[in-house]
Amino acid sequence: MSDQMSEPVASSQELAAEVTTDEQARVERAAEVAGESGPLQSVRRNEVLSAMLRNVGLVVVLILLAIIGTLTSDNFLTSDNLRNILVSSSVIGVVVVGMTFVIIGGGIDLSVGALVALASVWATTVATQDYGAAAMVACALLVGVGAGLVNGVLIAYGRLVPFIVTLAMLVSARGLAAKMADNRTQIVRVQTVIDIARKDVIGVPMLVVILAVVVAAGWVVLNRTTFGRRTFAIGGNPEAARLAGIDVRRHTASLYMLSGLCCGIAAVMLMARTTTGSSTHGNLYELDAIASVIIGGTLLSGGKGTLIGSILGVLVFQTITNIFILNNLATEVQMIAKGLIIVAAVLLQSRTTREAKT
Amino acid sequence: MTDVETARPILSMVGIVKEFPGVRALDGVDLEVVPGEVHCLLGQNGAGKSTLIKVLAGAHQPDEGTITWQGEPVRLSTPMTAMRLGIATIYQELDLVDGLSVAENIFLGHEHSAAGFTRRGHQNAEARRLLGRLGHAEIPATREVGRLSAAGKQIVSMARALSHNARLIVMDEPSAVLAHDEVDNLFRVIRDLTAAGVAVVYISHRLEEIRTVGDRVTVLKDGRTVATGLPARTTPTRDVVSLMTGRTIEYAFPPRPETGIVGDELLRVENLALAGSFHDVSFRVRAGEIVGLAGLVGAGRSEVLETVYGARRRTSGTVTLDGKNLPAGNVSAAVRAGLGLAPEERKSQALLLGEPLVRNISLASLPRFSRFGWVNRSRELTEARAVTESLEVRPPDPTRLARTLSGGNQQKVVLGRWLLGGCRLLLLDEPTRGVDVGARSEIYGLIRRLADSGVGVLLVSSEVPEVLGLADRVLVMREGAVIHEAPADDLDEHRVLDMIMEGSAA
Ligand SMILES: Nc1ncnc2c1ncn2[C@@H]1O[C@H](COP(=O)(O)OP(=O)(O)OP(=O)(O)O)[C@@H](O)[C@H]1O
Ligand SMILES: [Mg+2]
Repeated sequence: MSDQMSEPVASSQELAAEVTTDEQARVERAAEVAGESGPLQSVRRNEVLSAMLRNVGLVVVLILLAIIGTLTSDNFLTSDNLRNILVSSSVIGVVVVGMTFVIIGGGIDLSVGALVALASVWATTVATQDYGAAAMVACALLVGVGAGLVNGVLIAYGRLVPFIVTLAMLVSARGLAAKMADNRTQIVRVQTVIDIARKDVIGVPMLVVILAVVVAAGWVVLNRTTFGRRTFAIGGNPEAARLAGIDVRRHTASLYMLSGLCCGIAAVMLMARTTTGSSTHGNLYELDAIASVIIGGTLLSGGKGTLIGSILGVLVFQTITNIFILNNLATEVQMIAKGLIIVAAVLLQSRTTREAKT
Repeated sequence: MTDVETARPILSMVGIVKEFPGVRALDGVDLEVVPGEVHCLLGQNGAGKSTLIKVLAGAHQPDEGTITWQGEPVRLSTPMTAMRLGIATIYQELDLVDGLSVAENIFLGHEHSAAGFTRRGHQNAEARRLLGRLGHAEIPATREVGRLSAAGKQIVSMARALSHNARLIVMDEPSAVLAHDEVDNLFRVIRDLTAAGVAVVYISHRLEEIRTVGDRVTVLKDGRTVATGLPARTTPTRDVVSLMTGRTIEYAFPPRPETGIVGDELLRVENLALAGSFHDVSFRVRAGEIVGLAGLVGAGRSEVLETVYGARRRTSGTVTLDGKNLPAGNVSAAVRAGLGLAPEERKSQALLLGEPLVRNISLASLPRFSRFGWVNRSRELTEARAVTESLEVRPPDPTRLARTLSGGNQQKVVLGRWLLGGCRLLLLDEPTRGVDVGARSEIYGLIRRLADSGVGVLLVSSEVPEVLGLADRVLVMREGAVIHEAPADDLDEHRVLDMIMEGSAA
């Protein structure tokens, strides 16, 4: 992200006179001068700056956590443990990418954990496994996208509240998963799928590579494409977006499909890691994902947020969990502490947004 | 009326400075108000008027300067402090809670209560009394505020001010949302208030209003007081305008093309109807033509615009652009076909307040800046900058957040959105609401230039002179029907006013 401001191009001042259709050629020429050769101007100087500050803050938090981890446990600063943190962040991280889109677009998706479970079960049924790895992956992705489509259509075209629709999806998707699996854990027999979690790409675990690819793609879509622009617009002011000619309903539906797709990818990753498909996979992912997004500085009311922040949020969350586990903290205590962290993050956030307003 | 020269000031503000990150919004402002006067605050968009009154309302803390209230220096640290002292503010953007009732809004923050329970009966009765005093006893105290018209909401705001026993009422562009007859009523209320010794600070961009209702004028320019205590009735308009803008401005509307409108038919609307709003509306707009819709607020003008645009689903009738039928209730299709709408309520209907100007401007024409969904940001920025400069948006920096712009400048950004992307037909709903005199003539010129380049324009404005001066042809609407159609040259203000008022008085 370039945040330099280059000087306004001289020729753009000449454009001040009028904007008519014949002006277009000149505008284009000016754009060439401004953009193609010179440094990219930042469109959101203030925004980018404040978002960056917050992200820097999260990095500081991460460093502090690393220090705490190192001090409290000898095992923290080992390559195995760091690898472990990254790998455990990867599955939820992919879910968080989709969640960030949905929340910036003014919605919420409570069904992510259930969709991961459903996709994992569906892809590991005997019938699917018989067709090999490609079929399993395709199946998981399709199940995710399909369920996302159902969410999206009900919310966008049925005009139902996202909270309720995805809550219903949470319950029924888990139910369906349990029924399909007959309440048994399905074993992954296809070695290619299992290998996803076993293989490294130049020293980096494949799962982490997948996360990196998903985040990079998500970042580009969110920040560089019309799709991303419209996501911000719809979350920020849906009525204005509609009156500007954006098909708000279709876009909203596609956000939930995107989230479903991310759940499908996460399901594949989880199947590889655990070598199973189970209706209990992805339990409480929705809470971890939403918490990470919020810690990352995305507004729950929509219209504002960054993907990098969300991913940093995931890392913070997973590092804390890791430190707790290394120090043998009881699960109950872990949960209480996590709750407190979420409250602290939201408090911090409302502070910063209030400052931005006055 | 008090003798303003000798009366002791109720309020004096001296050397007020307020800085926002990157802007010095107020740079040493002085203001003195005496009881019983209507003190008008004038200045261009972004001059600092709203910021000044927010300081006065306790909503912003000044960086420097002193405020003296009834002879005592005061610190207005919160809006409540200001209200307790008797300073009430009606903001430019109304700040009522839509989901609450009229009475609940009036007493928000100082509810009448006994042992923690609100005394609703008592409160409603009191609300009715206040509304009656404002000449609007017909507004039910129990009605949800979200269902009131803009004028109704303003009356509620004013009742709220009265409920605090205000000694000073500040009104930030109250007339911008009002129709002709409602402005008259507002003035009547203001006169009643001042007769009772209440001081009023009145902000407006319409100089003729200042003449009608004002006593003294203070002019702000770039965050400084450039003149104060000018007599409102006798200071020549020319002087006021040149104080505000630092230059003299041609007041005239841009000339119509000498050849007359020769373009082909662009828009054809036939028997258009929207249940509960208007019926059987038919008209055409030719390429290069500006068609004005005159009428009272509530006559259905905005609804016609929004229905043509597809933002409301028509009950019957057809809309065709270039002979091609536009589907009902489909904004995206309308925009693709080349329509653009600058809606009436900029904050709720048009702006992304948390986004920079450039993204607000490019929102409707993103496909033009993008290839396969990839946005070319440098080109987007260059074109947005050309728009902010041609509209004289101040400051003309397209990377600023929309929220930090003054009201009039936000309006220009809304207009700017449609100047970018090869629009064929522009629907403008109150395009100069809140825009200062200088920028107003810029906008008129711009609309005419757009028309000359072949764009059709359909214009709604509550200011009859604006419709008559700018449009080529005028449709007069009353109670959901078009009652008259004529070239603008054949009409004058009185005739139009007579037509739109007729029957509404009964
Ligand atoms: N919250 C804010 N942050 C940054 N700048 C601000 C903020 N509020 C106002 N400004 C800036 O302060 C200046 C004065 O704005 P103000 O709203 O007082 O103008 P105004 O005189 O009321 O104009 P208008 O007639 O358009 O309403 C403008 O340059 C505006 O951009
Ligand atoms: Mg203002």
